[in-house]
Amino acid sequence: MVEPVLKIRDLSVSFAAGDQQLAAVSNVSFDLNEEECLGIVGESGSGKSQTFLAALGLLARNGRATGSVLYRGQEILNAPRHELDELRGNRLGMVFQDALSGLTPTMRIGQQLAESAERHLGMSPAEARARALEMLEIVSIPDPAQRLNAYPFELSGGMRQRVMIALAMICKPDVLIADEPTTALDVTVQAQILRLLDGLKRHTKTSVVMITHDLAVVAGLCDRILIMYGGRPVELGATAEIFSGPLHPYTAGLLRSMPTLSIDPEVDLPAIPGQPPDISQLPAGCAFAERCERASDRCLREDPLLTARTNARSVACHFPLDGN
Amino acid sequence: MFTLRRLAIALPTLFIIATASFFLMRAAPGGPFDAEADLEPAVLENIRAAYDLDKPLLEQYWIYLTNALSGDFGPSLVYKDFGVNELIAIGLPISAKLGLLAMIVALLLGGLCGIIAALRQNGIIDHIIMALAMTGIAIPSFVTAPILVLFFGLYLKLLPVAGWNDGAPANMVLPIIALALPQIAIIARLMRGGMLEVLQSNFVRTARAKGLRESHVILRHVMQTAAIPLVGYLGPALAGIMTGSLVIELIFNLPGVGRYFVQGALNRDYPLVMGVVVIYGALIIALNLLSDLAYAALDPRVRRGYR
Repeated sequence: MVEPVLKIRDLSVSFAAGDQQLAAVSNVSFDLNEEECLGIVGESGSGKSQTFLAALGLLARNGRATGSVLYRGQEILNAPRHELDELRGNRLGMVFQDALSGLTPTMRIGQQLAESAERHLGMSPAEARARALEMLEIVSIPDPAQRLNAYPFELSGGMRQRVMIALAMICKPDVLIADEPTTALDVTVQAQILRLLDGLKRHTKTSVVMITHDLAVVAGLCDRILIMYGGRPVELGATAEIFSGPLHPYTAGLLRSMPTLSIDPEVDLPAIPGQPPDISQLPAGCAFAERCERASDRCLREDPLLTARTNARSVACHFPLDGN
Repeated sequence: MFTLRRLAIALPTLFIIATASFFLMRAAPGGPFDAEADLEPAVLENIRAAYDLDKPLLEQYWIYLTNALSGDFGPSLVYKDFGVNELIAIGLPISAKLGLLAMIVALLLGGLCGIIAALRQNGIIDHIIMALAMTGIAIPSFVTAPILVLFFGLYLKLLPVAGWNDGAPANMVLPIIALALPQIAIIARLMRGGMLEVLQSNFVRTARAKGLRESHVILRHVMQTAAIPLVGYLGPALAGIMTGSLVIELIFNLPGVGRYFVQGALNRDYPLVMGVVVIYGALIIALNLLSDLAYAALDPRVRRGYR
């Protein structure tokens, strides 16, 4: 079997708040395989972004990560800055949610693209600029030569996100981590960006991690999905299998609350009752227990671990659904 | 367009400054010749007539305005045989040299302190710099100046206590430090605040995610954006240094415009005071304009008419 590109084991992330540590991510383990697209799905605060910010050493100052993140066998979690800098932007590209605040406002986008190419590909300024132009063409920005001289605020939201993607892909990385890349965009632009990511994925050997709260986004794009809740992984499996037969009650609730074209507009969309957990007071047992109709005493006492059900599917639940 | 609009506001502002200073000076009790011992009433009348002081107030105002428009601020009432223009021509280069050097020192030291404090946020160095900055803002320069003189001039005997000495560098050190100190403190705090805000912004995270070295991130992505609020403060900073120089020049007995202004005010030397007020007003307006233009040069959003 081929080694995975990223091997994440027992990754936990916590933030210092006053004199207590808030657990944002608890014991997450999974692999990202070669040329795979993995969707990470969860609501705000489920720890999906923090998992990857921690992996890349980009946590906020008060954040702390433990566990292990192996990139092709090399430990990168809490690695020294100079080792991380060889990989970030080079082998590991990241696209952030808000491209307006995510691009330096006082720098032309050509320069922002070129400096990556100069840093990692050892290009001269002229070569790097040519590479930047090529990237703008690849992400389908109109008038790319002119746009090189534009500032981020002079571009539309969709174009800024394309620049972000160009930035992450300029060194042809092994892994592209896209953190809610379409959340800040309107629906038609969302679709264009997803099509762009899908095309890039097909034409390169890059493995893609798609972080989103939107199941519809992963449905068409990802090979496998990891569902997260309250900082824990709750279900992992192939996209088609999860959609056709969820094992975790939370996944089932998410799927039920997805709107479809055939729903009756007079009937309210089904919702999962209750509120997402407050990470400052996580329960001892399953984080989802108090919203779960299948929960028993055991769920309140004992936190279920993500365990493999079959070769390719795992679930963290004491009383999983039968998957049909 | 931006520049034209600012210029159009500058002229009326200057007119209001000139008018207000004229009537305020005249409203102050006493007159320019009170200090001269026991003048004969007839002699006093003659002197007053020579300077048009016997005419109605509004007519004097008119004479003053029309002369000022042609660039003549009239004769000094106290420094006999000197016109106000001559006194300003003597004093202004000295004041400008002091003010400019103080500004440069304040920008370099204040900027550096602010950057270091921000990069060492909540560390010991940060706390020391910020405590010093609070002190620098709280203590007025007419207190720091005598303390500096006592310590470096009288106790250590390193630097002269006062005087200009034709602009010898040693004579300029203490006045420049006294002038710059409060500005160093304010600029350090502004620079630190700007840096801290930028350091936790999303685009710095993007820059780090690109694998850029931290020095490159700070120099290319953080500093320019963090310095923008600082440039907006340059105008007020220069105004602060110019008004500070009024007192500092008196304390260090320097022959700049500031000393003429203070002595002119005490002696009710109407034309001298009004001349200095108008010149300083014009300078402050011009420098504020320059600072706004620099702001536009640094922030492409302003330069390209966005927002």
